[in-house]
Amino acid sequence: MTSIRIGSGLGFYGDSWEPVVASVERGDVQFIASDHLAELTLAILQKDRQRDRALGYARDVVPMLLRLWPLMRPRGIRFICNAGGLNPQGAGEAVRAAFAAKGLQARIAVVSGDDALGILGDTAPSHMLNSQSFETVRGRMVFANAYLGARPIVDALAQGADIVITGRVADAALFLAPCIDAFGWKLEDATEAQDLDRLAQGLCVGHLLECSGQGAGGNFGSLARWKEIPDLAHIGYPIAEVASDGSALITKAPGTGGRVNFDTLRQQLLYEVHDPHAYISPDVVLDMSCLQLEDLGNDRVRVTGAKGRGRPAQLKVVGGYSDGFKAEVTWGFGWPDAWDKAQLAIDMVRTQLADRRIPHDELFVEFPGLNSANGALAPMPTAAGLADANEIWVRLVLRTQSKAVADGFGRLFPWMGLSGPAYTCGFTGLHNTGELLGIWPVLADRTLVEPKIRIEMMETGT
Amino acid sequence: MKIALAHIAHARSGDKADWVDFGLFAWNDPGYRVIAREATAQRVQAHFAPWLVGQVDCWQMPNILAVKLVLRGALQGGGARNLRLDNLGKSMAGALLRMEAELTQAEWDSITKTPAVGWWPEAT
Repeated sequence: MTSIRIGSGLGFYGDSWEPVVASVERGDVQFIASDHLAELTLAILQKDRQRDRALGYARDVVPMLLRLWPLMRPRGIRFICNAGGLNPQGAGEAVRAAFAAKGLQARIAVVSGDDALGILGDTAPSHMLNSQSFETVRGRMVFANAYLGARPIVDALAQGADIVITGRVADAALFLAPCIDAFGWKLEDATEAQDLDRLAQGLCVGHLLECSGQGAGGNFGSLARWKEIPDLAHIGYPIAEVASDGSALITKAPGTGGRVNFDTLRQQLLYEVHDPHAYISPDVVLDMSCLQLEDLGNDRVRVTGAKGRGRPAQLKVVGGYSDGFKAEVTWGFGWPDAWDKAQLAIDMVRTQLADRRIPHDELFVEFPGLNSANGALAPMPTAAGLADANEIWVRLVLRTQSKAVADGFGRLFPWMGLSGPAYTCGFTGLHNTGELLGIWPVLADRTLVEPKIRIEMMETGT
Repeated sequence: MKIALAHIAHARSGDKADWVDFGLFAWNDPGYRVIAREATAQRVQAHFAPWLVGQVDCWQMPNILAVKLVLRGALQGGGARNLRLDNLGKSMAGALLRMEAELTQAEWDSITKTPAVGWWPEAT
């Protein structure tokens, strides 16, 4: 095989799979790789799992596959995703059951072993970024998962899986794995520059595709020029054509909206990257400084020149710990004197918090429409402009360690509708408590994690 | 002359734990020379200081006409404990594009007369 084509699936839990249809039907792909897990998605899944032990996975994988699999299977397209979340077996079982009910056939591999909560408990690692002691959060840790690499996905594909469902893996590994499978690239034993560079190319391709529409002109941050990107409503998610030497062409299905060019791909290339000379993954360390993006026009960009260095001895683990609660209220004030009335209402809230000695860590205040996107860097209207504003919106958020306090915050407001300043509207947040989570990124030795990795095969419809 | 980066560059921001990262991209070579000179760690840190006071790291990437920036301590400890509406800092690239660059008239003329490197068939 001299090249393969991989299409981008979802970019997060909640993303649309409709654009994947065009990649499947007109994109000439052999693989779809789908990333369902943002950094803290596992926190959402943990809440699901607390309600029902059978949950804890990204549930969109079931309707997504019911829509796509009848289109993919006749074309021999294979599907790789990390929708397993905290419960890959549960995800596999849910897909198997849904397929059985519809008479759909597939060989499903489930990859597990990324759960690292026990490892954190045993090794008590300090916070990777700020060195905070683990003891300050012990007992509050909600989940912790290691980012696995491409190996178990490659093994699952080698065992004949049509569908691979993992828990936490490095997002880009979902895309690197089919390259390794198709071309037989060296992975653990990659030492020569040529071996490492093509792994780095595969990782780079994965990074360009892992955020779905963001690699095809979606979320293109710019002054004015974003308007030139055609038909975002029918965006085509990016497709990579990867050659056996790792060189790649990024494109999208014909007849779709969006844009793949030098500019849209660069925004994705550096997205959520820190040191671009050392983008660390479990499989290879990518150096982007020699990378070349050659814009061929017509939604085609050639990607070459990635440099790879040997994989790290440790894997990244991200944990989430319970970190108090928030309660959030939004309220609008109409002309005249909207700004002054908003200020009075805020003062009345502060007064109630003080009078009743309501325990809280912080009352955060921002003004949607004025400064909630750019904070203090947003130029505010002049004093005269504020004095004559048509309307002012206030968002008040209480941070507290007490759920009962958070639950009660909204009740500080309704009475002010009759006893506070006039011309108010749009109050929301009477019952609006949210649980806050702190994030605990650490490194863990591979030897603690990798022996626990399992691949389980399930067959449906045979 | 002073001009906002928005007129010579585009940008995307993302989050990792409590750090917000920015890719800042010039449309063409003369634009890159200006952003590489102007968008230094020190200058970007000073730009954000009225709002967020974290350390800034900076890498220049001439191969893709980009500057990579990371602002630490930008998200009240992280996206899932940040009380702001923009809890993940997705709009913060706009705040970066508000930063003013100091450039000569000749540099500005060169930037505006040089076409974008990328494929933009609508451009005339």
